[in-house]
Formats: sequence, structure tokens, C-alpha cells
Amino acid sequence: MKKFIPLIVLALGALYLGGKLREPTLYAPYDAEANFTKKAKSAYDLAAFGRLPVLANGRLKPFDTVARNSLLLLQGRQTVTSPSGLKTTPNEWLLDVFFQPAIADAYKTFEIVHPDVLALFELKAEDGDGNKRFSYTQLTKKLPELERQARLAGPVDSAVRTSFQRAVTQLYGALVHYQRLKHTLAPPTTDDFLAELLRFQKMIPEGVAAVRAKAAGQPHDAEIAKAMIELGQRYVFMSEASNFLAIPPTAETNDDAAWQTTGQSLIGSFQRGTVDSSVLAYAGLGYAWRQHQPEQFNKILELYRAQIARRFATQLKKADAEVRFNAAEPFYVSMSLYVLAFLLAIFSWLKWPDTLARSAFYLVGLAWIATTAGILTRMWLEGRPPVTNLYSSALFVGWGSVGLCLVLEAIYKNAIGSVAAGLTGFATLLIAHHLSLGGDTLEMMRAVLDSNFWLATHVVIVSTGYAATFLAGFLAIIFVLRGGLTRSLDKATADALARMVYGIVCFATLFSFVGTVLGGIWADQSWGRFWGWDPKENGALIIVLWNALILHARWGGLVKARGLMALAIFGNIVTSWSWFGTNMLGVGLHSYGFTDAAFVALSLFVLSQIALIVLALRPLAKWRSFKAA
Amino acid sequence: MNDVTRQFRDFFVSLKLTIVLLALSIILIFAATLDQVNLGIWAVQQKYFHSLFVLWRVGDIPVPVFPGGYLIGGFLLVNLISAQVYRFKFTAKKSGIWLTHVGLIILLIGELLTGLWQEEFALRLDEGQSKNYSESYRFNELAITETTDAAFDDVVVIPEKILARGEAIQHAKLPFRVVLKIYFPNAALASRDEPATGAPPAPATPATKGIGLQATATPLPLTYKQDERNAPAAYVELVGAEGSLGTWLVSADPRFPPQRFDYAGRTWKIAFRFERSYKPFSLTLLKFSNDLYPGTDIPKNYSSRIRLNTPDGRDDREVLIYMNNPLRYAGLTFYQASFDGPKTTILQVVRNPSWLLPYIACALMTLGLLVQFGIHLVAFIARRRQAASAAV
Repeated sequence: MKKFIPLIVLALGALYLGGKLREPTLYAPYDAEANFTKKAKSAYDLAAFGRLPVLANGRLKPFDTVARNSLLLLQGRQTVTSPSGLKTTPNEWLLDVFFQPAIADAYKTFEIVHPDVLALFELKAEDGDGNKRFSYTQLTKKLPELERQARLAGPVDSAVRTSFQRAVTQLYGALVHYQRLKHTLAPPTTDDFLAELLRFQKMIPEGVAAVRAKAAGQPHDAEIAKAMIELGQRYVFMSEASNFLAIPPTAETNDDAAWQTTGQSLIGSFQRGTVDSSVLAYAGLGYAWRQHQPEQFNKILELYRAQIARRFATQLKKADAEVRFNAAEPFYVSMSLYVLAFLLAIFSWLKWPDTLARSAFYLVGLAWIATTAGILTRMWLEGRPPVTNLYSSALFVGWGSVGLCLVLEAIYKNAIGSVAAGLTGFATLLIAHHLSLGGDTLEMMRAVLDSNFWLATHVVIVSTGYAATFLAGFLAIIFVLRGGLTRSLDKATADALARMVYGIVCFATLFSFVGTVLGGIWADQSWGRFWGWDPKENGALIIVLWNALILHARWGGLVKARGLMALAIFGNIVTSWSWFGTNMLGVGLHSYGFTDAAFVALSLFVLSQIALIVLALRPLAKWRSFKAA
Repeated sequence: MNDVTRQFRDFFVSLKLTIVLLALSIILIFAATLDQVNLGIWAVQQKYFHSLFVLWRVGDIPVPVFPGGYLIGGFLLVNLISAQVYRFKFTAKKSGIWLTHVGLIILLIGELLTGLWQEEFALRLDEGQSKNYSESYRFNELAITETTDAAFDDVVVIPEKILARGEAIQHAKLPFRVVLKIYFPNAALASRDEPATGAPPAPATPATKGIGLQATATPLPLTYKQDERNAPAAYVELVGAEGSLGTWLVSADPRFPPQRFDYAGRTWKIAFRFERSYKPFSLTLLKFSNDLYPGTDIPKNYSSRIRLNTPDGRDDREVLIYMNNPLRYAGLTFYQASFDGPKTTILQVVRNPSWLLPYIACALMTLGLLVQFGIHLVAFIARRRQAASAAV
């Protein structure tokens, strides 16, 4: 029986993964606390709506992504509850924001935790959902004051802002984002945008003539001219307030640059004489959504999709895949698998070593395959090498480190590789999750970094170097904790660990060196100088030097196993500094991922590593393992 | 060999020295990175890397507090070379280490040469404008140009450093002396009647000619920010044989124009300007483009279409300089560094004669590391095979 346990674990894990790949069912709002049986499929084809592409932040993406990222930006999570307390989907929330703003305003989707900001709004934590989420309506009264505070904080350099200023700026940004969403497909002030558009369409020829006549000082219908000018101003405002470009090009082109905001398209209508069919389609969707007519809603969706399908076949395919990817959550799923693998591997040191170690190994393998698939999908969607920003570097560093662990575990079969894989895999995905709260993680590359060749070589290799240096440090942590605090570390395992750390440090030296050098060559090719002492370059150089120092110390016999472990753990500090610390300085070419809130986390991490180094350096007599039997 | 020399040799050969030097260099680089926030990248390089000692000012006395880049690099070089000579015998097993260390020696020498030879300039061009010079990022000069003959200009330049000494300067080509009255290393300009907001009221100025009659300069603290530069200003008196010609206000602020004056039937222009480096060719900006991703403010690409021509007509062609694609010409690299408005490009011009050394060094080191770790790996696998077959 015990023989089959690993296979059963593997099968269950695979089922869990497979389940996530199925077409997601979108349920109508339901009371999550009452019971699950009330779940019913929504009458609206929300999935089809979520798959429609729009051009946001320079990239064509589905509404599903817009909805999820907006919610992350506003409240740090994707789950959303309707004003009546029913659990609902991001798409449904987005539809309310677009077409029923009065209802959307009552959703509690703005996270406020800073006590002074709460005081600014005269709110108490208890007024919010989960003690921290508030609705737009709750905030309306004090918006001018928030705006004033945001203006005061604006000129302050983001590196030296107080926590209050940061909170104010962030909330203000979230509110601006929300307001712009409301102006994207229809003006929030109108009850029936579709009727307005139809009236406008009928009026255009007469209206334009009247405005022209007015401008020329000739007799004209003053009322129509006035109405026309007012509409023009309204659409100009809409175009400026809009969040993204929702209207595909009218001409026979699929150039991204030809997409327009709803407002821009309507301004174009004055010349064209007709309202664009896409604008009308969205207005129609809005009408059906307001009037609770799911059949009509679904019908318009179907027609609109058919209309753009001809020109945007590939874009639609990508958007569909992205929705699937969003729903499958490969990184979230892998996180749970890593935790499980970690626990199984730890327990394998206490009982059933072979069975549990093998189960853990399988789970790590599954999770690694899932993250591989996730990273590949992101690469395909973006048309870029794997690492393009801080978020994707976290994914990749975790992926590389777990990949190395799989190799180690395949060689040594002592569960150490799986423990390290579970730990580093989970930790990097957790870091990635926190980095994803800033918005869309598939960003467009700034001009300076726009070079697929160098992104694919320098960035990937240097990230692999980071991954290996971290892995050496985590293996050393396992040595120190297991050897120092338990009796379970025998001589053979300790020797194996020392060899693993040494091997990984060699690997790390090679990759961090080559990666750093390639960075220098990129700089020379692009800017005519090989080395500029930029903070990120310095950070990478410090990693190389540190790894070289470890190797020389070992070759010279200056350190033995425990010293090697202490040095490798310090490598964690060095790497985390280079990876995140340098971005907190806010200077230099590489400061593209400024992460101010992470400073506390980084400091705590450094302190914990110092504590572990102290633990590593205690005299051998204090260690629980290695005592003379 | 006597004891002292042997000890001396052992010290330089030792692996402990290597480790101490590596640790020191890590600390140096870390400190330099932190200090960049205060000093900016250029000052940091001078203070930490292109120096023997990192100096701290205690009062007015610079006190060395830490070995600088040249010192650590120099020791590392000596350590490496002597270890190579005395400690290592060249064997196939050590060939990787050999290659890596030789590469590192070349890399260190290359970095030293770069520190000594590399020069950086900026070239700012408006659309349609031609220039045959680039301008220094940090240094300024006082230029007195004789324009009497319309066919050519005769220029005398006085570097800011020399001017700032305050001694009267007499140049063979000038029929007058240049006397510095007041000098501000960084200054703000304001109209004489309405001083700049926040600035103290303008002091009485000694200017008697030119723009100085309407404008004044007030001193500003020196800036070290990467995206700002100091704009020094000075009051300069020109004194001829028959006495003073007048006192001019000059400023290196690019908005401050050259000032014309006549003396002894000849015409001159006086200007404080960014130090120029003239080239035997000229560049004309035909078009600057700044593309954004649709619907965003995220820059997608900057590019400058440039016409490059030499006076002898041997080169006359159009080139496109854009991100990650610089122009390399006459030992110089021109890359798209920045822009100012929709029609002005700012190119960075770099001269680095030792650019090839890092490539050679890095190729050697990469190869060396691959060989050395490859040897380790093969040995490791062989050992495991043996152990496995022994277990069976």
C-alpha cells in the first residue's frame, strides 16, 4: 500500500491542477455564507464579456484582466462582494462600474488601513467591510480634502514620503482610476446612453450644418447648434477622462495605435456622420445590463464579437487565452502545492522517509510544471523573454531555484531538495503576489529596456544567478536549523548538504558573473560604456564578488562546513539587497520597480538571516546534531 | 631570499589577502551605492572608485577613511599576479583558474584605463541645427571670440578651473586682461528689478556692460543630482592698456546669450559656456521622434535621424540613432540619452579607447569558469558512479 502513496499524491495533485484548467463557470451573485447550493450559473454570458479585448496601458487585454487588476489596485484582492452582501465576480463589478455607477459606488472596494486617512474621512475601521474596505459613497463627502492632501504630497519625492502621504497618494490614485473607469464606456451621469447616441446620430447632419453656419455668422438653428456644441464638449471630456481605449479601429487595420477611446470615436462621428457600431454595441450592452435583459445582453455580445472577429482573430485568441490563464491561477495553485510538498518533505525526515520524500518530489515537480506553463503563457502573451519587470523576476528566480532543487533531489534523494524547493518556491511566489498588487504585471517595456535579445540573455542569466545564490543560502539554512536544533542531521547528510551548497555556489558564481558581464556588454553596445556603477550593476557585482569570496575561502581551507553555511546565508542578504534594496534607492537606470512598502519586509529578512548566521557560528558543542554518540 | 622579502612575498601571494580585498571591495561598492543618493553617479565614481583613498572632510582636512578603488584594485592586481607567479603551477586541472585569473587581470587593467581615459559629453541638437562639437557635462569655460572677420572666428577659451583661481589672465591673442571679480560655482539668474521668488534681494552688482545691467546672479548650493547640472556665473572685468573696458555678467546657463562688444576697432563676443570638444565632422538633426505606447505615457522609442558629414565631403550620410542602437564614429559612441521637448534631442557622446579589453577579459573569465566548474562536475559524477557501483 505504502508503495502507492506517492502515486496517489501525484494523481490528486494532477487532478487539482487539471480542475483549474476547465472552462470557469461564472455564477450569478450568491450568498457565500448561506450555502453553496444556491450557486446558479449567471444568465448573463459574463465569460464572453470578460474575453472582449480593449487597449489598456499600451496592450490589448481582455476585460477580465482589466476587472481583476482594477480590483487589485483598489483593494489588494480580486474577490468582490456586491452592496447587498452577495459574492460576485470581477466582471460583474466592472459592468456595474461602467453602466450602473450609482450601484457600483456602493461596493466596498477601497482599501484604507492608515488610521490618519480613516480620520480624514471621519470613518472608523468598523464602518468598512473586513474592517478595511469602504465604498465610494462613504468617501464622497471628504473627497476635496483628500484631493488637497494628495496635492500636498505630490511634489514630495516618493522616497521620502511619510506613510500618511504614501497612503493618501495611493488612495487618490485608486479613486482616479475608478473615476476614469466610470467614464470609459458611457458618461456616468446619463440614464440611457443608447437613446442619447441614437438621437445624436440622427441630429449630426443638421447639427454640423448649424454649427458651421454659426461659425460663419450665417442664420442657423440656435438650439440645435447649442445642443451639438454641448455634446461635443461632453465627448471631449469623456475622451480625456477615459481609462483605456475600448473602440477598435473603424478602418481595415489592426494596428494598435488606431484604437480609440469612446469619446474620441464620438468626436470623430461629427465628421463621419455616424456613430461607430462598437460604441453603439457598448451602449447597447449598458442598456441591457441596466434593464436586466440577459438575452439581449448575450445577443449584443455575440454580434459584437462576430463583427471584430474577422480583423482581430489573433488578438481575440490571445485575449481568450489570457482569460483562461487568469482563471487557472497557475502561480496561486503552485503556491499551495509548494507548501504541501514542503510539509511532506519535512515529515519524511521523521517517518516514512522514502514514501513521503517521493510524494514531496512529485508535488514539487507538478508545481514546477504549472509555473513553467504559467511563465510560458506570459511570454507568449507579451511576446517577450521571461523577465521583464520585478514581478516576473520573482517568478523566474523561484522557477530557477526550484528547477535546481529538482536536480539536487534527483541526485541525492534525501528530501533536502524538496524542502528547499517548497521554501523558495513558496517564498518567491509570495513576493510575486505582493508585487502584483500594483496593477497589470504584463507591462509594456520602457524604451531603455526594449531589447528582446538582451532581456533574453543578460536578464535571464543574471536572474538564474540570483536564484542559485538564494538556493545556496536556503540550503545552508536547512543545515543550520536541522543540525543546530534537531538531532536528525547525520554525518552523511551533512556532508551531502555541504557538497550541495558548494556546487550551487559554483553554479551561482558562473551565472551571476556571466549575467553581469552580459549586462556590461549591453551597456557598451547601447550606451558606449561597459560599466557605469549604477546601483543595480553594483548589486550584481557584489553578488559575484561574494560568491568568489565564498569559493576562495573554501579553497583556501579558511572555512569548513559551518563557515561555508554562514557565508552562504549572508549571500541571501547580498542577493536580496541587489534584487530589491537597490530599487529602493530610486536612482539609476534600473530603478524601474520602486517598491517602498517592501522596505520593512527586507529589513526583517536581513535581521532573520543575521540571526541564522549567529546560529551557524555557535560552537559545535551547542549543536544538537553531530554530538559524539 | 631573506626573511623580510619572503614575508613580503608571502603577504602578497596569500589567499587571505584575496579574501580581505574581496570583502573590502564589497564594502566599498555598497557604500558607494548608498552615497549615490547624495552625490550623484559622477561624484561617487571620483570619490570611491577613481581614487586611492575615500576621503572624509573633517573641517577642512581630508582624512582617508577607507581604501579607494585604485588602491583595492591595485592590491588585487598585485595579489593575482604574484599568486599566479609563485603559487600556481600551470596544470590541466588548474587551467580554468588560470584563464579566469588572467581574464580578471585584463579586466582590472581595462577598468583602470577606462577610469583614466573615458570621456563623456552631451550633444544637444534642435531639429535643423548642425553642430561640430559636443559639450561637457560638468566643465565650463569662458570663451572670448573675435568675430571681426566674418569669414572665421578666433576663439580664446579659459577653463572654469583656471578662471576660478581669480588671477588676472593675459592671453597673447587678446589686447586686454581678463580679471575675475565675483564667481559663483552655481547660480540663479534673475531680472535686476524682480529678484527670483524666494531668493534674497539681489546684491549690488559690479556689472557695467551688457546683460548684467538688467540681470543679476545669486549663488545657489552645488547640486549633485544626476539630472541637474551646476550653472556657474561670474562677473568678469576686461582691462585694456588704457584702463577698464567694463565688467560683464556671464553665466553658463544655456539661456544666457553671448554678449558682443567692440574694442580698438575689433569685435568680440564673450560667453561663459559648457566646455566644448570640437570634432572633425558635423551632425545635423533632421528629425527627432518620441513614440509612446498607444493610450499611455510610456515611452516606446526615442530616435534621432541625423545627417553626418565631414568638411572634406568623404562622409555624407544619414544615420538613425535610437535606444539600444548608438552611432559609432571616429572612436566615439553617440547614443540617445534624453530629449527636451518634441524637437530637441540630447545625445550622449562617449570616448572610451579601451573598450575592447572588457570583452577579451570577460570571454577568458567565462571560459575559465566553465572549464573549472566543468572539471569539478565531471569529478563529482565520476565519484558518485564509483560510490554507486561500490554499493551494488
